[in-house]
Amino acid sequence: MKTKVLMAILAVVIAGLIAVPWIASYFYVFIFTEILILGLFAASFNLIFGYTGMLSFGHAAFFGIGAYATALVLIHLEWPFLACLLVSMGASALLALMIGFLSVRLNEVYFAMLTLAFGMMVFAIAYQWRSVTNGSDGLAGFTLGSFGLGLDLTLANPSVYYHVVLGIVAIAAIVLYVICRSSFGMILKAIRQNPERVSFAGLNVRTYRLVAFVIAGIFAGLAGGLIAPFLRVASPELLHWSMSAEPILMAILGGTGFFLGPFIGSAAFVLLETWITTYTESWMLVLGIILALMVIFFRKGLLGTAIDWWMEVKK
Amino acid sequence: MSNPVLTIANLTKRFGGVTAVSDINLEVMPKETIAIIGPNGAGKTTFYNMVSGRMQPTEGKIMLDGKDITGLPPHKISRLGVSRSFQINNIFPEMTVQENVEVVLSAYHGHSRKLFNIASRNTGIQQEAVDFLKRLGIDSLKEQRAEVISYGDKRLLEIAMVLATQPKLVLLDEPTAGMTPDETRRTTRLIKKLADSGDYTFMITEHDMDVVFNLADRILVMHRGEKLFAGSPEEVKNDPEVRVAYLGEEDDEAVEEAKP
Repeated sequence: MKTKVLMAILAVVIAGLIAVPWIASYFYVFIFTEILILGLFAASFNLIFGYTGMLSFGHAAFFGIGAYATALVLIHLEWPFLACLLVSMGASALLALMIGFLSVRLNEVYFAMLTLAFGMMVFAIAYQWRSVTNGSDGLAGFTLGSFGLGLDLTLANPSVYYHVVLGIVAIAAIVLYVICRSSFGMILKAIRQNPERVSFAGLNVRTYRLVAFVIAGIFAGLAGGLIAPFLRVASPELLHWSMSAEPILMAILGGTGFFLGPFIGSAAFVLLETWITTYTESWMLVLGIILALMVIFFRKGLLGTAIDWWMEVKK
Repeated sequence: MSNPVLTIANLTKRFGGVTAVSDINLEVMPKETIAIIGPNGAGKTTFYNMVSGRMQPTEGKIMLDGKDITGLPPHKISRLGVSRSFQINNIFPEMTVQENVEVVLSAYHGHSRKLFNIASRNTGIQQEAVDFLKRLGIDSLKEQRAEVISYGDKRLLEIAMVLATQPKLVLLDEPTAGMTPDETRRTTRLIKKLADSGDYTFMITEHDMDVVFNLADRILVMHRGEKLFAGSPEEVKNDPEVRVAYLGEEDDEAVEEAKP
């Protein structure tokens, strides 16, 4: 019964998402494209944060390198979009392997600080390696050609691009979800609750943390590959440490204990930002207040609180 | 005579100038239950920490089935067949009781490396987990979140998790500490049954002399990091040095009770 209701809600949401370009203005098509991409970014982050218990302050490094990889491939090689995304995922996997190898051996605040430091280094490289990254201006002026797989899609059309993003994010979300529900995912949850017990059960906790870190990096890279054509630029801001804060805020806002929490958090974050900035410049002040209230009163996030409330009502 | 499961030679641990464990030699034979007793600070837990890989020995050797395991990390020692429980409860609080055991089983069977299976549909592991819970008599709690079950049941759950790695040697660190007398009796009976089944080799530290004399085939008495005496429960009970150093006045009662 419970799963049936949830499936029904999910089906309605997905149908609604598919219908966005037909029922809403271009403005909201852009908004929802951003929500989906940042939602994937936040969901990838939640694999290490909500599931494995690793608070990384450097997740934007993988998002950013994904964006740069797609931009570079489009500029220099003009490959189909799907190939660009694969390059983005490969590049972020490699970077995550390097940063992760050096970081996962540390715990808690030391891990957080080290990932922050590496994130800042990657930002500095993108900012200063002008010949490749075009410095502070970032890479722009690239155009999307074909999609790949022989599909005839006009990616320059925002509605088409939205549907492509929706499809890719949906597939990525399913893969992430399966990983979370797998035996491997169960071990990650166990590591969050009690890493010592896991190592005394015969597993090398460091290896599991590293694999989780790389998987999270790959999906962040995919999200980055999707954001570059959307923004029409890959710029250092995408790698900035403040960008690393966004998935943290979104995950907490939506609820770290639920797979879809980060997506809800992304939607809340982007929509609130859009609406509030039309009234006031001080969007950050409002966001700060909301986050403080969430952390103090609604630890489980929007989704967790909603589910709790629904269970209460049903009784 | 079969070969010892565990051979400890000259095991020593120093923290700065303090010697916590000093020159311990011990052989543990298959299927026996050996108890390590001694007052607080005698070095029992440090001794366990070295055998299970949580601490590096300063000197000495630890051999498991003739293989040198000295100084290996905990996950490797666990894989080789030494499994331990802790003095404080060490479980996965937000998971169900059954899932707690499933985590250990999927580690043991190598399922933990599978990214694309659905863990909740792995009926083989689920059945095995329930079997282990049954052995400890807590299978009726399998659906409960581990953090809400009673203190004594948590300790039993941890023993189930320890056994689920199918160890050659089981280290239990004060399995009945903090239990009510009822829970202590129940736990002692369970461990006795497991030991009598001949499937396990146990090493137990314990403060409760009733439990020790009830379970142990052999007892190692530690005092200030050193081996004071080793022998059968009878011998330990009657050794004058042990009586003075450890069983002392405050434990007289426990000794009296343990006598048949």
